[in-house]
Amino acid sequence: MSYLQSREAEVTELVVGTKKGLFLLEGEPSGGGSGTFAIAHRSFAGQPVDYALRDPRSGRLFAAVTSPFYGPKLFFTDGDPGVESSWQQADGVALPEGGDQALERIWVIAPGEADATLYMGADPGVLFESHDGGASWEINAGLWNQPSRRDWHPGGGGLCLHSITTWPGNPERLAVAISAAGIWLTEDGGRTWRRGNRGLTPRYLPEADIDPDTSALCVHHVERSRSRPERMFMQFHGGVYRSDDAGESWEQIGAGLPSDFGFPLKVDPADPESAYVIPLVADMDRVMPEGRVRVYETRDGGASWSPRGEGLPATHAYLTVLRQAFTSRGEGEALELYFGATSGDVFASGDAGASWCTAATRLPPVFSVSAT
Amino acid sequence: MAVVCVRAPLRALAGGRGEHDLEGVTVVELLRAFEAANPDAAGWILDERGRIRRHINVFVNGERGAEGTSVGSGDRVDVIPAITGG
Repeated sequence: MSYLQSREAEVTELVVGTKKGLFLLEGEPSGGGSGTFAIAHRSFAGQPVDYALRDPRSGRLFAAVTSPFYGPKLFFTDGDPGVESSWQQADGVALPEGGDQALERIWVIAPGEADATLYMGADPGVLFESHDGGASWEINAGLWNQPSRRDWHPGGGGLCLHSITTWPGNPERLAVAISAAGIWLTEDGGRTWRRGNRGLTPRYLPEADIDPDTSALCVHHVERSRSRPERMFMQFHGGVYRSDDAGESWEQIGAGLPSDFGFPLKVDPADPESAYVIPLVADMDRVMPEGRVRVYETRDGGASWSPRGEGLPATHAYLTVLRQAFTSRGEGEALELYFGATSGDVFASGDAGASWCTAATRLPPVFSVSAT
Repeated sequence: MAVVCVRAPLRALAGGRGEHDLEGVTVVELLRAFEAANPDAAGWILDERGRIRRHINVFVNGERGAEGTSVGSGDRVDVIPAITGG
């Protein structure tokens, strides 16, 4: 089934990046069992696909592939992803030549607010932008030339720019997150940037040493509410936070979770009070608490949290979900949620997390999941 | 002139040819010449710093070489992925 056919059939397409290739799944979530998902394609066999998504505006499919031999590359196709020759390599996905750094990995791709604009985050803390639908890219000079860059510290996964949040309807406003260089905000389309780290409390540093402008701040993931853009949610390296001033300052909202350590989170586009996290035990034990797979939901902006695990493995399930492996489609009561684990399992909910089914098992370790 | 020898997938990015006669007196000069002649392969062997990527091995007449290794006329430079993975 082609992308357009899947749209006509109103099935969901899951684009799954794994350690050993790109998988496209098609189907519908349902309570219990396996739903109707099936693997439609596998591309880039044997290669790590760190991130992949389909731009819903153009239908163009992107795959960020980091060959252990040939380095990180971005490929895209407008055709049949099962036909190798349909994939093209995007231009400009590299650092300036002759410097002392090389591009290490592509972490995220995000459609922009302006037509044909996309953003891409990568290691070492670099933001790319494209204004031709993703065929060619250039480095955002404002962030690349930040004077403080020389003091930025990489997290365990590298100096990864992993979160890009646009402002609905306003292409000038953007927030990005870098592990471990914190949150960066722009209101002029990326020409100038400033930090937005007030209130973040890194427990891995001595309290006396915390400075929001210089401390290493290991942000794991950030999302913005589309219905109230000044509201943002953050999963930190120990701590779940909310901002109500567009990322300028943050307050902790993790009380009530079994652990406030984790990587991904999602926000219901229709409801700024509703967000979802997937707690892991701690940074020294990055698996599901109690061996139970559960997503935690808040419906009150983080004042309280409730487990959502009906249909998910409940015993001896020590899964790890990486930061780009949790996604959503739709909104409100029909919000679909999907996540993949390094175990190779992919889970799906068609009712905002109330019930879950298994969309795939025994895939390679899942790095990313996106849905259209 | 030396000959640069590449295998898949670089061969597909270089017009389907596995052997390329190129000018250069060091390995990095030859590899830059290879990328200039085959722009689809730019960035696949050398990174932005001009270094040979970590998991690519280069051999000059069968001996392990590096960026600055001298290359003479008629020499053979093999570009081979290292044994790596997981």
